[in-house]
Amino acid sequence: MANLALRKLTKSYGTTEVLHGISLDVADGEFVVFVGPSGCGKSTTLRMIAGLEETTSGIIEIGGREVNNLEPKERDIAMVFQNYAIYPHMSVKKNIAFGLRSSKMPKADKEKRIQEVAGILDMVDLLDRKPSQLSGGQRQRVAIGRAMVRDPAVFLFDEPLSNLDAQLRTQMRLEIKKLHQRVGNTIIFVTHDQVEAMTMADRIVIMKDGYIQQVGTPAEVFHKPANTFVARFIGAPSMNLLAGRIEGTIVTLDAGQNVTVPTLAPTGDGGILLGVRPDDLHPNSANPIITGTVTLREPLGSETLIYVETPSGEIIAKADGRTPPAVGETVTLGADPENLHVFDASSGQALS
Amino acid sequence: MTDITPTADALLMPKSAPRTRNMGQIIRWLLLFIGGIIMVMPIAYMISTSLKWPHEVYNVNLIPDEPTIENYTYVLEDGRFYWWFVNSIIIATITTICNLLFDSLVGYTLCKFRFPGRTIVFIAILSTLMIPTEMLVIPWYLMSQSFGWLDSYWGIMFPGLMTAFGTFLMKQFFESVPDDFIEAARIDGLNELQIWWTVAMPLVKPALAALAIFVFLGNWTAFLWPLIVTNSVDMYTIPVGLSGFGDEADVAWELIMTGAAISTIPTLVVFLIFQRFIIRGVVMAGLKG
Repeated sequence: MANLALRKLTKSYGTTEVLHGISLDVADGEFVVFVGPSGCGKSTTLRMIAGLEETTSGIIEIGGREVNNLEPKERDIAMVFQNYAIYPHMSVKKNIAFGLRSSKMPKADKEKRIQEVAGILDMVDLLDRKPSQLSGGQRQRVAIGRAMVRDPAVFLFDEPLSNLDAQLRTQMRLEIKKLHQRVGNTIIFVTHDQVEAMTMADRIVIMKDGYIQQVGTPAEVFHKPANTFVARFIGAPSMNLLAGRIEGTIVTLDAGQNVTVPTLAPTGDGGILLGVRPDDLHPNSANPIITGTVTLREPLGSETLIYVETPSGEIIAKADGRTPPAVGETVTLGADPENLHVFDASSGQALS
Repeated sequence: MTDITPTADALLMPKSAPRTRNMGQIIRWLLLFIGGIIMVMPIAYMISTSLKWPHEVYNVNLIPDEPTIENYTYVLEDGRFYWWFVNSIIIATITTICNLLFDSLVGYTLCKFRFPGRTIVFIAILSTLMIPTEMLVIPWYLMSQSFGWLDSYWGIMFPGLMTAFGTFLMKQFFESVPDDFIEAARIDGLNELQIWWTVAMPLVKPALAALAIFVFLGNWTAFLWPLIVTNSVDMYTIPVGLSGFGDEADVAWELIMTGAAISTIPTLVVFLIFQRFIIRGVVMAGLKG
């Protein structure tokens, strides 16, 4: 096990810089999830940590040792790929043992280690099978087994659950989380799925366009988003953003309503975006914000999502599942002041 | 009394459909049959002629009047044929093994590594496909002469130890090997040569099998270059040797056909060995995803 540090890491392809000097410290045994939309640089960062991509500038340290110029095999890492990358011509056992090929461990110890890993992943009965005889989840477990068998300092997961169906994804999510609790290795996990990030991570790194937008625990990035990108990326449905201006503790929305917010320090010309999550926005709230007409309902069982056309544009709110407002009905939506987020309109940064 | 009123279903069904389908099937079968006959007839005549006496060779009958295995006895007891057979086996086998190794190594490198001039190298290799063998034999001969390779195994084999076609074929097949496999092996500590041999090669077995068949058959039946580069009868390959079974006045067709019939055996063996890999490759491709 080891800590991991990225220092002003950049990556360029020709003259195009795709990663712009990111820095991050990952503690020993921490489960860190990189999340962001396609092309944000999360997989590139992971591949640079693995040594599969060259670093343009900056330093990567694993266990306090700079690894920039080391081959992947010398970095004491193991990686699980999106497409599993388990060899179809080898049995499960050979696939798992493949991770130990270059190890100088005695044969008996290797065998013991393979059995141990197979036991942890509940795959003892599948060791003689070929990958084509396994389900998607089992194949993913083989890929994890091959990574585990070497007991690396850092585990790297590159969107390992993307190819699984929703049910299996949930199951594997739990298994990986349990596995981390059991083995305790440092894990860097890349995904574009914010639910995976929220449910698995000790800390989430949210990336966009080659920059880190925010690093924090799932609760921090959800409740205190650093900017409008994080606010909209984390949480489903996305946070509503209403344009307005702030003076003191009063936000005046472009639609005309006044909303009281906690004391904040405006950074720009007073133009702001008022953020409120659909979960926090309800009809008939004690603190009304905006009025509009229901255009669509999405029943979710215990709750119903309602799409409301307001003078500030379409916003989403949550209503009671049993007696939701009807389509065409006029509703006044409100939220508690502590659930309101205020962002500078020009920079998108949260006001503190 | 039988009710002959047509049902609604029967009325709705187009009557001509099954008949058209049958006709189409008959035409397909007929075309396949004609194609099969065209393919099989030369082989049948080869075997038939090999079982004929010399006086019957020019009769077009497929079944010999007086079948004989005398030709086989003669050819097999002829010391020359034995050596031609051995020469052909050695040359075709070594050339096939070299092609499997070199073509796949170069194909893998061109496919999986990024280096300056990669495209130029690939185009240069491909462009050699456009030069006919007849044009190449002169420089090959001059090379062989200056290196002292005339009338030797090395002289016969060197032009075919690596082929542009094989390189192209292998490169295209390596495209289907996901980069993730290569990178996973790199992380697991294998060097590039080990990755090529342990990970990439087993995944392109069908291509290797196809290449093995092509190269073996190509070298087994090669005539022009072995004829030019060899002088002594002991260095001949089967096609060159068989062509000398007669002279200008009298061509011993029955003996040539006998030799040709015997020489098809190794090609059949090679095909039978490698075809299962091709079939397995097709089956594996069907299971993917």
